[in-house]
Amino acid sequence: MDVILFTFFALVAIVGAVSLVLQKHPISSALSLVSVMVALSVLFLLLGAEFIAAAQLVVYSGAIMVLFVFVIMLLNAGAERESRKGGLAQFLGLPLTAILLVFASYVITQSMSNAKAVKFGAFTGGGPREVGWELFTRYLLPFEVTSILILIAIAGAVVLARKEID
Amino acid sequence: MDFILLSILKTAIAAPVLLGTLAYLVWIERKVLAHVQLRMGPSRVGPHGLLQPIADAIKLLTKEDFIPSYVNHVYYWLAPWLALMFAVTAISVIPIGPIVEIFGVKTNMGQADISIGLLLILGLTGMGVYGIALAGWSSNNKYSLLGGLRSSAQMISYELPMALAIASPLLIVNTLNLREIVNGQAGYVFGIIPNWNAVGGLQMFSFLIYLICAFAETNRIPFDLPEAENELVSGYNTEYSSMKFAAFFMAEYANIITACSVATTLFLGGWHPIIPNELGGQFIPTLICFFFAGVLFYHALNPARPSDRLSMGVIGAIILGLGLMFQVPVVKDLAQPLFWFASKAGFLIFVFIWVRGTVPRFRYDQLMRFAWLVLFPAALLNLLLTAFVVAAKSN
Repeated sequence: MDVILFTFFALVAIVGAVSLVLQKHPISSALSLVSVMVALSVLFLLLGAEFIAAAQLVVYSGAIMVLFVFVIMLLNAGAERESRKGGLAQFLGLPLTAILLVFASYVITQSMSNAKAVKFGAFTGGGPREVGWELFTRYLLPFEVTSILILIAIAGAVVLARKEID
Repeated sequence: MDFILLSILKTAIAAPVLLGTLAYLVWIERKVLAHVQLRMGPSRVGPHGLLQPIADAIKLLTKEDFIPSYVNHVYYWLAPWLALMFAVTAISVIPIGPIVEIFGVKTNMGQADISIGLLLILGLTGMGVYGIALAGWSSNNKYSLLGGLRSSAQMISYELPMALAIASPLLIVNTLNLREIVNGQAGYVFGIIPNWNAVGGLQMFSFLIYLICAFAETNRIPFDLPEAENELVSGYNTEYSSMKFAAFFMAEYANIITACSVATTLFLGGWHPIIPNELGGQFIPTLICFFFAGVLFYHALNPARPSDRLSMGVIGAIILGLGLMFQVPVVKDLAQPLFWFASKAGFLIFVFIWVRGTVPRFRYDQLMRFAWLVLFPAALLNLLLTAFVVAAKSN
């Protein structure tokens, strides 16, 4: 059951990611990205990371991507025209991607050589309580620094938006 | 395998009941609105118009599914079903009763009992906005587009105060599992006042903020700007007809049921009775049924129309039987929680319809200003005060 579900949602994620790049229309690309996010959240759930799965669903596909779609609709962006293809990119694109993938999978298998297969329900430390505990004890400093970073970004957005109005 | 079999069985019971409720909510809404406005409402199809939803369903199923030539076909087709799918699946995690034992099988009343129940509902209802936004965009019609844009802006804006309003009772019950949230509200203060989040204290304000946001999230009057008839023809669903149009309506009603059920579990103590069972809480459903049966029997004895003598008597006998059913030992454990949950959620749904009959629509800038300058600070302050109270109590 785990393998079937994993294969299915991994395939959905990969197909969505490829479609994100290949689609001509920005709305189609954005929706492909949404399907990737949803598939990822199911993969997180299969690993036992319940809270991260829910956060992925609420934050990425429920809020950020809605904003993306909203902006694309508001600007009424049409389909993209195909640009002149660079000769170098056409010939080297696929081989370089293949080399990158092989290299990445080699590094991962080498660095995690003693990793075991994950079974659904085997890992139970991914609930909201555990994540919250870790965030507010071990990772308190990074957590607070990130929140200040986000605050600065919000202030920056307000300043920029105000300049536009004046 | 037992788990899968049980889940299929529960879904097979819950799905038709849910779809039937969705259909009859339309009838209830039309009837309540009609009586608010001193009209009769649907009364032609069947007694009191009771067969109206079935007639509507037949009409919508057999109607021509007209697709305008200028729409984006894929998204035009996808949008209503996306909206309906997310609206209906969100209901699956809501617990409608305690863990019960039927014929030796122990199971929880409700589809899924998961540790992130509330977050999943937030996520799924948040996904529902894609249906409406895509419908508006793919219709290739400026009224629809405006409706879709309004809907996404409104949902993003009102999701923030709603999440903050939900967060403050969570600080008290200390869990995201909906079953544990309900069990955290069990018991009675001084043995009589229910220990619900909405009763007494700061959480009354959370309840109020949540309810206001729920109106906006489900696109209901006074926040139904996405389909404001006198500005946008019909908003995002202008170009839709037949079953696709019905799918949007079913999604809206499913969202109302979800919002009211979440309010019931979070703030109104879920399936716990309003009066402790030791003080006679378990006899309330029976007494209510007996009261209605008595009224019907009175009308059967003094009929206004000759046909009332039979119809009122039969319906009265059915309701009398229903009232007795709440006291039968085995059925009791199942029916009583169901009664309390349904009556609380049903009352909230009635409030939704009641507000629709009473309050006029907001203007768009008022809607946005209200969300960001009134509701959001209020929800934030409420969360902060709740956090202080919880911290003071734990020390």
